Amino acid sequence: MSAHYPALIILIPLLAAFLNTAFVWLDKRLCYPTTVLGLGGSVYFCIRLLLKVVGNGTMAYHVGGWAPPMGIELRVDNLSALVLLLVSVIAFMNIIASRKSINEELTFKSGAFYTIYLLFVTGLLGVVATADLFNLYVLLEITSLSAYALLAMGNQDRAPLASLNYIFLGVVGASFYLLGVGYLYIMTGTLNMADVNSLLPGIAGSSAVMVAFVFCLVGIWIKMGLFPLHTWLPNAYSYAPVSSSRVIAPLMTKVMVYVMIRMMISVFGLDFVFEQISLEGWVVALASVAIISGAVMALAQKDLKKMLAYIIVCEIGYMVGGAWLGNSQGMTGAILHIVNDAIMTFALFLVLGNIVFTRKKTAIKDLRGIFSSMPWTMAGFILVGISIIGVPPTCGFFSKWYLLLGGIEAGASFFVFALVLSSLISAVLVFRVVETAFFSPEDGGHEHEKAALNEAPVSMLVPLGLTGVAIIAVGIWSGYIVQHIILPFIQQGIS
Amino acid sequence: MPDLLTEIVNKYNYWLYIILMMIGLYAMIAKNNLIKKLVGMNIFQTAIILFFISMGYKDNATIPIIMGGHGGEAAHKTIEASQYINPLPHVLMLTAIVVSVATLGVALALIILIYQRYQTLEEDELRMRVKQK
Amino acid sequence: MDPILSFRPLLAVMVSMLVIPVLISSGKKPNAREAWTFAAGLVKFGLIVSMLPAVLQGQEYLFTLSTPFPGVPIQLRVDALGMLFALVASFLWIFTSLYSIGYMRGLNEHGQTRFFVFFALALSSTIGVAFSANLFTLYLFYELLSLATYPLVTHHQDKKSKISGRRYLTFILGTSIGLVLPAMLICYHYAGTLDFTATGILSGQVPTPVLITLFFVFIFGFAKAAIMPFHSWLPAAMVAPTPVSALLHAVAVVKVGVFSIVRIVTGIYGVDLLSDLHIGPIAAGIAAITILAGSLIAMSQNELKRLLAFSTISQLSYIVLGVVLLSPKAMTGGIIHIAMHAFGKITLFFCAGAIMVATGKKYLSEMKGIGRRMPITMGAFFIGALSIIGVPPCGGFISKWYLALGTLQADQMPLLIVLLTSSLLNAIYFIPIVFKAFFVPETDALFNAKFQEAPLCCVIPLTITALISIWLFFYPQPFFDLARMAIN
Repeated sequence: MSAHYPALIILIPLLAAFLNTAFVWLDKRLCYPTTVLGLGGSVYFCIRLLLKVVGNGTMAYHVGGWAPPMGIELRVDNLSALVLLLVSVIAFMNIIASRKSINEELTFKSGAFYTIYLLFVTGLLGVVATADLFNLYVLLEITSLSAYALLAMGNQDRAPLASLNYIFLGVVGASFYLLGVGYLYIMTGTLNMADVNSLLPGIAGSSAVMVAFVFCLVGIWIKMGLFPLHTWLPNAYSYAPVSSSRVIAPLMTKVMVYVMIRMMISVFGLDFVFEQISLEGWVVALASVAIISGAVMALAQKDLKKMLAYIIVCEIGYMVGGAWLGNSQGMTGAILHIVNDAIMTFALFLVLGNIVFTRKKTAIKDLRGIFSSMPWTMAGFILVGISIIGVPPTCGFFSKWYLLLGGIEAGASFFVFALVLSSLISAVLVFRVVETAFFSPEDGGHEHEKAALNEAPVSMLVPLGLTGVAIIAVGIWSGYIVQHIILPFIQQGIS
Repeated sequence: MPDLLTEIVNKYNYWLYIILMMIGLYAMIAKNNLIKKLVGMNIFQTAIILFFISMGYKDNATIPIIMGGHGGEAAHKTIEASQYINPLPHVLMLTAIVVSVATLGVALALIILIYQRYQTLEEDELRMRVKQK
Repeated sequence: MDPILSFRPLLAVMVSMLVIPVLISSGKKPNAREAWTFAAGLVKFGLIVSMLPAVLQGQEYLFTLSTPFPGVPIQLRVDALGMLFALVASFLWIFTSLYSIGYMRGLNEHGQTRFFVFFALALSSTIGVAFSANLFTLYLFYELLSLATYPLVTHHQDKKSKISGRRYLTFILGTSIGLVLPAMLICYHYAGTLDFTATGILSGQVPTPVLITLFFVFIFGFAKAAIMPFHSWLPAAMVAPTPVSALLHAVAVVKVGVFSIVRIVTGIYGVDLLSDLHIGPIAAGIAAITILAGSLIAMSQNELKRLLAFSTISQLSYIVLGVVLLSPKAMTGGIIHIAMHAFGKITLFFCAGAIMVATGKKYLSEMKGIGRRMPITMGAFFIGALSIIGVPPCGGFISKWYLALGTLQADQMPLLIVLLTSSLLNAIYFIPIVFKAFFVPETDALFNAKFQEAPLCCVIPLTITALISIWLFFYPQPFFDLARMAIN
């Protein structure tokens, strides 16, 4: 049974999606339980898989029994197992937190929402688990299509157009990736990642391989929202219903960072990336620009949703820069930040969701006095806020530590400067919201009666609480994660 | 100069696909009408599909169906790979075509929604009307 | 000697954090809530005192929570220096809690539960800083302290608090994230560890320009030490309720700043490396500027709390001066000034708050003749002032004496003159206050001579801290021994 975990993880949500399609017609009320069960099953197997992989090493699964390189292979090593767990847990917690808001915002489309949601998660899990280049493209497009649909369900004034723009750019990105895979296929004759990796040293000097790498990279960058290819991101995430953006924002871009790292380490190999193509200087500089522009643009926003979207752009810069620094510290920081940023972004959107649910407005100036009416949500916000600023013992600090250390080791002073500057700007961003929320409606004199408690329902507060605990726990025990999961992976990649 | 010409003539298929891709990208960027952008996107995807398909071609090779006899007989003959074009890219592109069609479907659905809302599909007009909201 | 592995350091830090849920739930019952605060304070002090005997013998307590980075654990270690600071902070918390009751209820302040909750959190962070075994743990609790004190500074939630809060955070978070964090990482990059050791961790592989730059980055980065020009957050923070100003901005927060600098000097760089680098005089010069400028600006202040704030800024640099002079007597004087100044200054702040509660006055020009109405308060003020000026029989004299001897030991005559001048300036702005309070003729007095003191909960703490200031002159133990041990 345990040999089938990789496949089970992907199949269970897929089957749940099919069941949901039937239930939409038969009895809509069954959609939510099916979704929860599907995702719950996925979480369970992800946990077992992670324990197995950390204990026994990489796990390979041949779909249909066909051996690679002809057959499609699912390969789960430390990094994949970690990201799989991350994806399934966040998707699971999100659906629990979203139930009430889906019923309210999307009453007639709720069945469709659950179905497409499950397909989205299936696609993501597949992207992480697969070891076949074309299979990655297919699953990536499954994910993207579901994302397009989920994002378009929001504010009908602007969501369809925002999603359409996302489609255009997303297709260009995926097509570039496909083109890169095509070049690789011409040069190596195989689509299996490990196979390509073994064949690459022989042909490393050829320009076709270099072009392949660049095409794949640019395609992935478009999908992850690296400045300046990020233009689809703010609109797409702002106008979507919170339940969608809450699962897409933390996961989609971070999984694309995972894909980039996978391409760098397991397909092309670190030798090729850092010796053949001497691009790291440029990429790290680009990442630094991404960090600063994301932070500065976030500063200019008056709406909380848009502000969060630009914070995401800033954080992507962290990860890309870290991965391209060329040393183990930077890569560790980038991988750890995948985990940390997913948790932080999820928590931020949970807070946002609570605010949208109770107040319906998300402009920063509409948040006056929210500390008294929504104390628990704001407590969560403060916790996430200080994690984004990078204050120990929250998780955000620990990945920043590795990134900064990697930057200092590599002598990338612009990157280090960008990291410090963005932390300071994040402090301004967080405390701007805190100020508006903390200082009551009438400036000058305070009201002695507190505003009535208008907090979000418990089903929304519990995930926020759990995520808050995770922020601190992942922070304090990040050493454990790094030592047992991330470093072995990097050592394997180097050798 | 003759070298460049030889290069272009020998690899004319790749040049064709590049031109198609650029046409597609141009349409996506420069055209005002959403449907035209969509068509551009499709051309772009098609160019890449064609690129893949042309990968499988070999000189003097035939379609990838085993010659001579069918059923059990054919399966037991030794097969010369150079006589048959590579079927794998074709198969991959079947999937890619499906993906492209699905994306087209989703995009069209969104365009219908946009049209219902704003009664126009020209991007500059849309921008104006969206701002007014 | 091997350190004692024990939970007590962790408990000492966590006690006030653990009591927070209880405080929140007893928000509706103020007496219960205050009782819990007292209980937490007494338990905390008790835990710390229980570790004192072993520390005086030369042993240390150690507790490791986890090791997030190779070579950098989250670790608490109780040594002599940390014990001194923790004793002062936890002891004074008990009295500040008593004082807060009188103050907050006397002024009928809002949000009292929030106040006590964040106060408890701030004390946890302070003891955490005191017991940090390495620079990373210190940084962790340092940041926590900055964040925990923000709601306290902006307690009144009006426009002035908002602006002051902003300035507070800009200076304190800006320097810690912008200066200390990169500097700490550069240290780790070169040394591979961040532990506070007896000889410092940076000797050997680090290029000299980096060492010098890093040192000054640290000095200015720990803006809680209020070294100019990063000092303006302290007067701005005076918008907070007086208990906050008293404990936090005279004892906890500011001492965290200088404490961190002392740790950098003794634990990260080490006395030997610093004397080789010859930057002692420059750093001492920077401290001297702050000492003098602080006193001079204090002289021009009309608002009592702002005057005390600038006096604090000046006094903090005494500690820094003592430590960077690197001579044993100077360092002893500097470290023991942590304790002496704390007791003296908290008395002064308590008095300022008592005056606020009893009469609503905060400007000096309105305080003529107040001595007749509030003799106990002004008497305590007088004693506190004497301690700050450095006059026997108050504890402040001991630390100033050692500082003066230390400047001679280090052959820095100009600095001796700076110290004496500063004491003179202190006298110039403190004595007139007391004089005008007591000896103004009947017609000029703004108050009638009827005896009308502040509430008892305010008066008792300030009397006790004033008396302790005198007591410390005669019996400076255990602070003196702890300071001695910290130097060796």
